[in-house]
Amino acid sequence: MINNLFLNIDAGTIDWSRAQFALTAIYHWLFVPLTLGLAVIMGLAETYYYRTKDEFWKTAAKFWQKLFGVNFAMGVATGIILEFEFGTNWSNYSWFVGDIFGAPLAVEGIVAFFMESTFVAVMFFGWKKVSPGFHLASTWLTGLGATISAWWILVANAWMQYPVGCEFNPDTMRNEMVSFADVALSPFAVGKFCHTVTSAWIIGAVFCVGVCCWYLMKKRDTKLAIESMKIGAWVGLVGALLAGMTGHKSAQDVAAVQPMKLAAMEALYNGGTDVGLTAVAWVNPFAQPDYANEESAPLKIEVPYALSFMATNDIHGFVPGINDILNGYTTPDGKVELPIDEKIERGKKAIEALAAYREAKFNSSDDGSTAAAHLKVLQENMPYFGYGYIKDKNDIVPFIPVNFWSFRIMVGLGCLFILFFAVILAGVYKFPKALWKKRSIESLPAWHYWVAIALIPLGYIASESGWLVAEFGRQPWTIQDMLPTWAAVSDLNAGSVALTFFLFLFLFTLMLAVEINILLKQIKKGPEIES
Amino acid sequence: MMMPMRKDSFLYRVYDLYADGFRSMRLGRTLWAIILIKLFLIFVVLKLFFFPNFLKTHAAGDEAGYVATELTDRAAPD
Repeated sequence: MINNLFLNIDAGTIDWSRAQFALTAIYHWLFVPLTLGLAVIMGLAETYYYRTKDEFWKTAAKFWQKLFGVNFAMGVATGIILEFEFGTNWSNYSWFVGDIFGAPLAVEGIVAFFMESTFVAVMFFGWKKVSPGFHLASTWLTGLGATISAWWILVANAWMQYPVGCEFNPDTMRNEMVSFADVALSPFAVGKFCHTVTSAWIIGAVFCVGVCCWYLMKKRDTKLAIESMKIGAWVGLVGALLAGMTGHKSAQDVAAVQPMKLAAMEALYNGGTDVGLTAVAWVNPFAQPDYANEESAPLKIEVPYALSFMATNDIHGFVPGINDILNGYTTPDGKVELPIDEKIERGKKAIEALAAYREAKFNSSDDGSTAAAHLKVLQENMPYFGYGYIKDKNDIVPFIPVNFWSFRIMVGLGCLFILFFAVILAGVYKFPKALWKKRSIESLPAWHYWVAIALIPLGYIASESGWLVAEFGRQPWTIQDMLPTWAAVSDLNAGSVALTFFLFLFLFTLMLAVEINILLKQIKKGPEIES
Repeated sequence: MMMPMRKDSFLYRVYDLYADGFRSMRLGRTLWAIILIKLFLIFVVLKLFFFPNFLKTHAAGDEAGYVATELTDRAAPD
C-alpha cells in the first residue's frame, strides 16, 4: 500500500523513519509509566510513615523509592531522541508545526528539569536533612513533576491528533499559535492525559504486586510484601477503573475528531445508528480486510448498542463506518461530511493556492490583489490541505488489523487487571472469610505468585497496545487532515535512517538489559533496614 | 577576605544536601555513571554524527521557501 502513496520520496525513507520513531517512542514508554505508577506507590508508603511514624513504612518507602530511582535514571533523556528525530527525519513537519509543538515541549523541559532535579534530590538525599513533612512533600512533588511532564508531552501529541488553537501562515509556512489555552486545554489532550496517567498507575501497581509476590514465594520480607500489596492493589484497582472511565471519554473524542480511527478499531465497515461493540470477530492480523465489499467482519459477536453508547453516550447514536467516511455521510442531526474524493480536490486547491500565493507575493510584481485572491482560496480550503497529498481515497484507511487487535488486547487486559487487583485485595483482606479460613495470601502454592509476576509484562503490553491504537489509528496523518507522513518526512537517504534504527535497537536493548539487571539485583537485595 | 558561609544559611544547607548526598551514594554512583554515559551518547555521538538539523543543512537560510517548495512539489499529481 505504502508504495502507491509515494510521489518523489523513497519509500524506505518513510518506512524507516516511522519505524525509528515508533521504536524510540515504545522504548521511552517502557520507563515513563513505571515512573508515574511507582511515584504513587512510594508516595503512599511515605504518607503512611508520616502519619504513623512507624519505621517499617520508612523502610518500605525507601525500598520503592530505590526502584523508582533505578527506573528514573534509566529512562531519563530517552525522550530527547524523539526531538532529534523531528529535526532530522521529519523536518517538513517540524517547520510546519511551528511554535505550537515547541512551546509545550519547552515548558515540559523546564518544568521537568527544575521540579525533578530539585525534589528528586530532596527525596533521596534529604531523609536526615529536612523535616518529615517537607520530605513527604518532595516525594509527592517528584511524582507530580513527572506527571506534569507527561501532561505537556501529551498536549503536543494531542495537537497532532486534533490541531486546535492555531492558524497557518503561508508567508512563514508555519502554524502559529493563536490560543495557548486552546492548545494546552484541548479536550483531546485532557482525555488523553487522564487515560494515559491512570493506565500508568496500573503498570506501577502490577509491578509492585508482582515484586511482592516474588517475596512471598521466597518467603522473605513478608510484612513489606503484604502491606505493599495492599497499596499496589488499591492503586491498581482505582487506576484500572479510572482508565476504563477515561477510556470512554477518549473514545468519544476519537469518534468526534478521528472517526476513521474508531471505525478501524472496530473493523466497522458500514456504520449506522444502534451500533453494537464488537467483542470478537475474525480479522486477519496480516491483511487489510476487503471493507469495500464485505458487510462486516466475519464471525462477529457484538454487545448490542455498546459502540453507539461508547462513541456518543447514546445507545441510538450514529457511528460512521469506513465506507461511510470514504463516500461521505450525513449525521442524523444534519451535519454533512464530504466524501474523501471531494476533500482531495479541495486539498489540491489549497496546495495550488499556496504555491500561487507565494509566487505572487515573493516572485512577481503583483500589487497584492493576486496574492490576496490566492490567499482567500487557500484559507477556504485549508481544513482539507492534507488531502491534497492523497492519491487514492483508500490511502486514508489505516491498517485495520493492528487497530482492531491492539484495541482488544488493551481492553481485554484492562478488564483482567480489574479482576486481578480485586482478587489480590480479597486475599490481603481475607474476604470472604470462609474462603480464607484455612489459607492465607502468604502461603499459597507457588503458581499463584508466578501468575502475578507474569502479569508485569502484560501491563506493558496493554499500555503499548493503547499507543498502537492511538498512533496506527491516525495513519497516514502526522497532523490530522493537515500533513500525511509522506509530505512530513525529510528527503533523506533510507539507508542512513535504517542505520540509526539498528543503532538504536542495539543501544536500547543494551540499556534495557542493564536496567532489568539492576532492578532485579535491587529486588533480590530487598529493603534495607536501618540500624 | 571571604566570609565563611554560615552553616545555618539556606545556601549552605542546599550545598550540604547535594554534597553529602553525592558523597554517601552507593547505587546512585552506578546510576549516575549510566546517566552520564547515556547523555554523552545522546548529545555527543547521536546528535553530532547522526542527527543534524536537516533544514539548516539544506535550506540555506530560507527554511520557509524550502519547506514551501517541498510541500507543493510533493502534492499528488492528477
